[in-house]
Amino acid sequence: MALPRVGLGRGPGAPAEAAPTTATANPVLGGMPASAGGITGAHALRRMARAITSNRKATAGAILLLIFIVIALIPGLIAHDNPNTIYATKLGPSGQHLLGTTALGQDMFAQVIYGTRPVLEIAFGVGLGATIIAMLIGVAAAYLGGAWDSVLNLITDVLLVIPLFPLLIVLARYLNGAGTLVMIVVITATGWSYTARQLRSQALSLRNRDFLEAARVRGERPLYIIVVEIIPTMTSLLIASFLTNALYAVLFSSGLQFIGLGNPSVWSWGTMLYWAENNEAFQTGQTLWIIVPGLCIVALGAAFALLNYAFDEIGNPALRPIRSMRRSRVKPAQ
Amino acid sequence: MRFILRRVGFFLLTLWVALTLNFLLPRMMPGNPAQAMIANHKGVVSPTALKALEAQFGLNTHQSLIGQYFRYLGDVATGKFGVSLTTQPGNSVGRIVLDAIPWTLGLVGVATVLAFILGTGIGILAAWRRGGRLDSVMPPVFVIMTVVPYFWLGLVLILVFGVKLHWFPYFFTYDFTMTPGFSATFIANVLHHAILPAFTLLITTIGTWILTMRNTMITTLAEDYIRMARAKGLPGRRIMLDYAARNAILPNLTGFAMSLGFVVGGAILIEYVFNYQGVGYLLLNAVNNDDYPLMQALFMLITVAVLVAILLSDIATAVLDPRTREAK
Repeated sequence: MALPRVGLGRGPGAPAEAAPTTATANPVLGGMPASAGGITGAHALRRMARAITSNRKATAGAILLLIFIVIALIPGLIAHDNPNTIYATKLGPSGQHLLGTTALGQDMFAQVIYGTRPVLEIAFGVGLGATIIAMLIGVAAAYLGGAWDSVLNLITDVLLVIPLFPLLIVLARYLNGAGTLVMIVVITATGWSYTARQLRSQALSLRNRDFLEAARVRGERPLYIIVVEIIPTMTSLLIASFLTNALYAVLFSSGLQFIGLGNPSVWSWGTMLYWAENNEAFQTGQTLWIIVPGLCIVALGAAFALLNYAFDEIGNPALRPIRSMRRSRVKPAQ
Repeated sequence: MRFILRRVGFFLLTLWVALTLNFLLPRMMPGNPAQAMIANHKGVVSPTALKALEAQFGLNTHQSLIGQYFRYLGDVATGKFGVSLTTQPGNSVGRIVLDAIPWTLGLVGVATVLAFILGTGIGILAAWRRGGRLDSVMPPVFVIMTVVPYFWLGLVLILVFGVKLHWFPYFFTYDFTMTPGFSATFIANVLHHAILPAFTLLITTIGTWILTMRNTMITTLAEDYIRMARAKGLPGRRIMLDYAARNAILPNLTGFAMSLGFVVGGAILIEYVFNYQGVGYLLLNAVNNDDYPLMQALFMLITVAVLVAILLSDIATAVLDPRTREAK
C-alpha cells in the first residue's frame, strides 16, 4: 500500500529535478522525437508488441495481465458459484468449493474471481484518467510556458507533496465510502501530479524542435500542436504513466477497501480482506481467506510493475541486466 | 540562499493549501458529511459540545464562510482543535494526538532510517558489481516487493510469526498487564511489540531505496571522473564510496523525503493491522467512529509533518549539493 512513487526503476521523484532515468531517456516506443510527424499510433503499437515479446519481464507481465483481463471479462464461466450464495460456513477447500467457504458461508473462489473486475475497472479507469489529466496539464504547461507554466507547475508540485493516502482516507470518509466510480474519480483527481511532472519535462525538451517550429510557422493553433505534434512523440512515457497509475490505483483502492472505506457489498479483493479481517480469519484458521486475495493484488500489481520496469530497461539500455559478465566476474566499465 | 527562500515559500503555500482543503472538504462534499455526523451524535454529546461542534463545521451559524475560515485559521494557529467525540469522548484532540505521536515517530523513524541505510548500501553494491549475483537477483525481486500491500504483508507476518510460531506479539504497543514506565522490562516489552510492524515497514520500503540507488549509481559510474579515478589507479573501494556513491546519493536523499508521504500512508495501515496505538491507528479509529474533529486534526498533523520533512531535505540538499543552489 501507499508506496513511494520512486520505485520501478525510475529515478527519485524529486520535485526539483526530473527523474534521471526516464524523463531524459529517448522515448523508445514513440521513436525519435526529431522525426516526429511520421510516427503513427499503429507504428508505436507494433514496436510495443515487439518490446513485449523480446523482454522476459515484459512477457511475464503481459501474460499475467492478460489472465486477469480474461477473468474479469468472463467470471461466470470460470467460477460456477455465485459469490453471494450462502453455503455451510468455514468449509475447507474441496472439489465443490476450490478455496472453501468464508465464515459467512460464501464460496471464496467465486469471490476472488468476481472480485477481479472491479479491481481492473479501477486500475484502468485511474490509469487512463490520470494519464489524460497529466498529459493535458504537463504538456500545456511546457508548451504554453510563461505564467501558464508557473501556475500549472505550482499546482502539480503542491499536489505532489501532500500525502495522498491520508487525503484519500479523509475524502472517502466524507463521501461515506467509495464505490468503484467514486474510487476512480477520487484517486484520479489526487494522483495525476507525478506523471504530469514527468510529461512536462519531456515536453520541455521538445519545445524548440524544428518540427514544432514548422507547425507554428504554418499557423497551427496551440491545441492542434499539442494534440497532433507533441503528444504522439511521448507514447512510451504515456504507457509508463498508465502502468504506474494503474498500479497505484490497485494498491490505494485495496487499502481503502481493507479499512472499510470501499463499498462492502461489491466484491473485490480489498473488500474480501476487509471481511476476512473483521471475522478474524487468522485466529479461526481461515488462512486462505486472507492469503488468496492478497496474492491476487500482488500478482496484478506485479504485472503492471514488470511491464513498467521492462519498458524502462528498453528505454534506458544502461539498466539492462548484463549476462555475459556474470560468470567472468569482470570489473564493470573499464 | 535564494533557493532556500523559494523552498520556504513553497512550503508555506502547500501548508496553506492543505489547511484550506481541510476546512473546505467537510463543507463542500456532497451529502453534507458534517451534518450527518452531527445528527449521529445528537443526544450522545452534551448540548455545549454540540454547539462547539456546529461552530467548528459551520452549521447553524450566521457567520459567513470567510468569517468561519479566518476563525478556523486562528484556531489552528493557536492549537485549538476541539474535542474528541467518540474515540476518547470529551478529551481535547490536541492531547490525544500528542500521546500518539511518539509511537509513530519511533516506529516510522527507525524503520525508515534502517531501510534507507540498508537499501542504499545494497543499491551501491549491486551497481558496483554490475552483472553480479546481487545485481541480477535483486531488481526483479524488489520490483515485486514494492507491489506487496503493506497491510497484507503485515497480516501474513502476523500469521507466520505471531499466530503460528508465537515468536512476536502482534497486538498493541506493549502488554496490557504492564504499567508504562522507564524500566528495562517495559522498554524490552515495547521493543518486542515493535519488531513485527517495523519489519513490515522495512521490507516494503527497502526495495525503493535499492532500485533508485542502483539506477543513479549506474548512471554515475559512467561519468568521466570515475574513469579518471580508475586511470589514476585508486583502490576500488575508494572509487565506489568516495567518488560514485557520494554523488549518486544526493538524488536518493531527496527521494527519501519525498517518499515520506507514502511511508506515512503505509504506516497508517500497518498500525491499523497491528493495533499499534500511533497516529495512523488513531486516524482510522476516528474515521470508523465518525470522530471528525480528531480526523481533521490528524490529517493536518500528518500533512504538516511530511511537508516539514520535505523542506528539511530540500535545505539539506541545498547545503550538500552546489548544483541545486546554482539552478535558478
